[in-house]
Amino acid sequence: MKRVTEQNREQLFSRRMMLVGGLQATFGAALIARLGYLSISQNKYYQTLAEDNRVQMIIVPPRRGWIVDRHGAPIAINQSAFRVDAIPDQMDKENIDRELDLLTQLLDIDPEERQRIRDEIMSKSGYRPVQVADNIPYDQYAAVTVRLPELPGIEPMRGFRRFYPAGPAVGHLVGYVGAASREEYEAEDNNPLLVTPGFKIGKEGLEETLEKRLRGQPGGQRVELTARGRLVRELEPKPDRSGGTVQLALDAGLHEFAARRMGLESGACIVLDCLTGEILAMASMPAYDPNSFSDGIGRTEWRLLSENERRPLVNKTLNALYPPGSTLKPMASLALQGQGIDPEERVFCPGGYQLGNRFFRCLGKHGSVDMNRAIAKSCNTYFYAMGHRVGYDVIADMARKLTLGATYDLPVVSQSYGTIPDSEWKMRKYDRPWTSADTLNAIIGQGYVILNPLQLAVMSGRIASGRAIDPKLVGVHPKPAPLLDIPTQHLDVARRGMWQVVNGDGTAGASRLPLDGIEMGGKTGTAQVRRLSSGDGRNVPWKYRDHGLFIGFAPVDKPRFAVSVVIEHGMGGSRAAAPVARDVLTYLYDREKAMASLEQMEEQWGGSLKQRTAAFHQHVLDVANANAAPSPTPSEGDGA
Amino acid sequence: MIIVPRPVAQLPWRVIFLIIAIGTMGLMTLYSTAGGSLQPWALRQGSIFIALLGVAIAIRYMPVSFIKSMTPLAYLAVLGLLVAVELVGFVGKGAQRWIDLGFMKLQPSEFMKPVLVLMLARFYELLPTGDIRKWRAIWPAAALIGIPAGLTMIQPDLGTSLVLMLGGIAVMFLAGLPAWLFITGGLATAAAIPLAFSFLHEYQQRRILIFLDPESDPLGAGYNLSQSKIAIGSGGVWGKGYLNGSQSHLQYLPEGHTDFIFSAMVEEWGLVGGVLMILGFAGILGWGLRVARRANDRFSQLAAAGLTTNLFFYVTINLMMVMGLAPVVGIPLPLVSFGGSAVMTVLLSIGVLMAIDRKSQTDTRRPGWG
Repeated sequence: MKRVTEQNREQLFSRRMMLVGGLQATFGAALIARLGYLSISQNKYYQTLAEDNRVQMIIVPPRRGWIVDRHGAPIAINQSAFRVDAIPDQMDKENIDRELDLLTQLLDIDPEERQRIRDEIMSKSGYRPVQVADNIPYDQYAAVTVRLPELPGIEPMRGFRRFYPAGPAVGHLVGYVGAASREEYEAEDNNPLLVTPGFKIGKEGLEETLEKRLRGQPGGQRVELTARGRLVRELEPKPDRSGGTVQLALDAGLHEFAARRMGLESGACIVLDCLTGEILAMASMPAYDPNSFSDGIGRTEWRLLSENERRPLVNKTLNALYPPGSTLKPMASLALQGQGIDPEERVFCPGGYQLGNRFFRCLGKHGSVDMNRAIAKSCNTYFYAMGHRVGYDVIADMARKLTLGATYDLPVVSQSYGTIPDSEWKMRKYDRPWTSADTLNAIIGQGYVILNPLQLAVMSGRIASGRAIDPKLVGVHPKPAPLLDIPTQHLDVARRGMWQVVNGDGTAGASRLPLDGIEMGGKTGTAQVRRLSSGDGRNVPWKYRDHGLFIGFAPVDKPRFAVSVVIEHGMGGSRAAAPVARDVLTYLYDREKAMASLEQMEEQWGGSLKQRTAAFHQHVLDVANANAAPSPTPSEGDGA
Repeated sequence: MIIVPRPVAQLPWRVIFLIIAIGTMGLMTLYSTAGGSLQPWALRQGSIFIALLGVAIAIRYMPVSFIKSMTPLAYLAVLGLLVAVELVGFVGKGAQRWIDLGFMKLQPSEFMKPVLVLMLARFYELLPTGDIRKWRAIWPAAALIGIPAGLTMIQPDLGTSLVLMLGGIAVMFLAGLPAWLFITGGLATAAAIPLAFSFLHEYQQRRILIFLDPESDPLGAGYNLSQSKIAIGSGGVWGKGYLNGSQSHLQYLPEGHTDFIFSAMVEEWGLVGGVLMILGFAGILGWGLRVARRANDRFSQLAAAGLTTNLFFYVTINLMMVMGLAPVVGIPLPLVSFGGSAVMTVLLSIGVLMAIDRKSQTDTRRPGWG
């Protein structure tokens, strides 16, 4: 019995040994199969992952392209600046507070900012740097460099900051740059360049619209890193490509002069080449300083700017609309002639025009006037009568022919195009028929008519040259625009009228060019802001005073430059706007004479634009400090 | 023909050659993962390896009867050490596993692996053959396994505990316990897994969950496994070349000198190196199984088969772990990974295997297989 069991046991052991051996062999085969799968069929995939581990790119932001004027003069350039970054992986996170204490002391970092830096360092991994301070003075840069042995992971760097030599004069035109926002970062599919410290993108104006051309290609320093972020060696770098230089049609000197010439007033001044449409100056004042915006604007500065009743945050060349007033009269004269009205035909002006039971006032009693005289004296009665005769729709057609109410193909962030009304428009908008009273209001540039200053400049240019110019901001375009289909004799009537306005006994007689042999033609306009019963508005608050407008061109005999000026609440075109146009055109022919008279004026305004900008920054600082005094945390330094 | 002394010629040279080859590969990989330096691992590991290989050859000359008689003593001693670990244990890596002897850190659960197998073999040798299908064939063995496995589990060292249990169960299986016992046991275990899971430490639970879905957390807890697979997969057929493994040299591969040394080796030597190493282990295991089959007494049979199976579990669980076929349980690759305890266990086991082999050869007076 026992022997049999012994025998059975031996057999059982052998069988089970076979089973165990077979199982082990199976596992062995499975392991080899798995190894083969990983290293043959998955090889490419894992090779990529290993390479991703090993090599990391440190993005080198490209230098932003310059913006220059038509002569190559700088409008937006880069200045050498100092900055300090932190590389989270190279920092000893247990001693981070000791390092931050030292940095806070060396760089005057405020507590809010310190917290931001700390949070970013603690939450980030990899080789991506965190910005500690930007645009610091050389002293602070040097101080950090000296203490570097105590600051592992801290990198003082030389970078670049955007610099706009003309400051506020170009603010609205070129915009400014700043660190990308979360939305901008996401809009570019989380492009890592956008969160690289020191990299800034265009935020407004040309900096924003020309971003693609100005940005350039980022470079990369390829480095081999250990898992802990220690640099093993640098591999072949990929060089960055600077952004392209963008040349504008602008004349930087003229533009800055125009901005300065507006002085303390609020308004816009545009100068066009009336043969080609090139924008030579396009100033809106007052304006913010793009230099301080690009460094990250403080809360106080933002508040002071947005509370200012002269609206320094609004680009008044494109985004502000004004009733153009009498500046539309030369345009209307073209429409009237187009309807066959003889410019010699006279209308008697008794000081107004009776339409039904309403009396539409003129600004004076001009007696018997023809078309020429009506433009020169800005006689409303003439245009009331003639407008009533032809109807407003034909005048609206001419207005549109001269681009009024249109938007332009310009690299701008936004443009307000205003309204040139007609009967169809009124029906659509108000569901009421057009009335003769509407015609009378519209023909003198009131009522429903509102336009932006650039449209006025283009209208002036088209009348001056007879060419279908469109405003051009980028690039130099020497080729004159094609002629409009408006008979030269018609244009001559309008131009003669405009000549008389300035050089005859017209409304802008005080604004003749102080130059030999060069004359300006023009037309003043005064737009009522509020219906005033009487008086010239001198004793009403600034914001209820009339706007002063002026359009013009020069030289009269061979038009080359067109100009439009709007001075908000300037109490009349001849008083406020025409002199600005005169001085700006003077600058084009006699720079020294224009500068001399400007400097005299600036003395009365409390200093040049640069001095006043510096004073404003000081004021911002004082206000911020006064606000900060009660609480220990200053509120400066958050982006706007 | 070179004349070698008879005792030297009788040594099982093929298996010793395989052991030295695998050990050398391990030392070379340790040299590489240290960034091309003998310090801090290769030199130490090399001396431990040579010393213990000497010990293994010395054990070969021990009579099996002596080993047999020492087995219960050794079992009790190691059990005592396991209890001592609980009392004066050294806390490292979240697990209490070592007793620091000053010159080396002793991991008693490692010793328990061969000693348990020997103890079970001894038990089944003493058990009358007719009792093998009785209850008394089961419960003492279950107790012999359960006590050390339980002590290891509470350390907590899930991996070693599992290997202890698997090794013990393998001996029980080979001893001839009824097959239904293992089938129902297997089914019961499968059913109990969800329950057991809830008793595991959180880090152990996480390891298992991450094994099931390693990509869920590639930078966190799944990091080890992801990086290990990257190291193996990026090596390709021929590897990146010796001393050129970026994963291990740049420290992306964690524990490249211990648990994940196979990945570090394959990264540099490729599929070819990996397959050769697996075949090397297969050669040792095959030899071990042959020793068991050739053995002519019950203790020798069961001990040899059990020790071989232990070694198999050791190698297989580690390789499955680094290739993403099993959860990361923290078992080193024997003879290759840095660490004294594992080398000691494996070489002592091989010493005992050689002793058993010598005995069966002497008994049958057959020429040495080698």
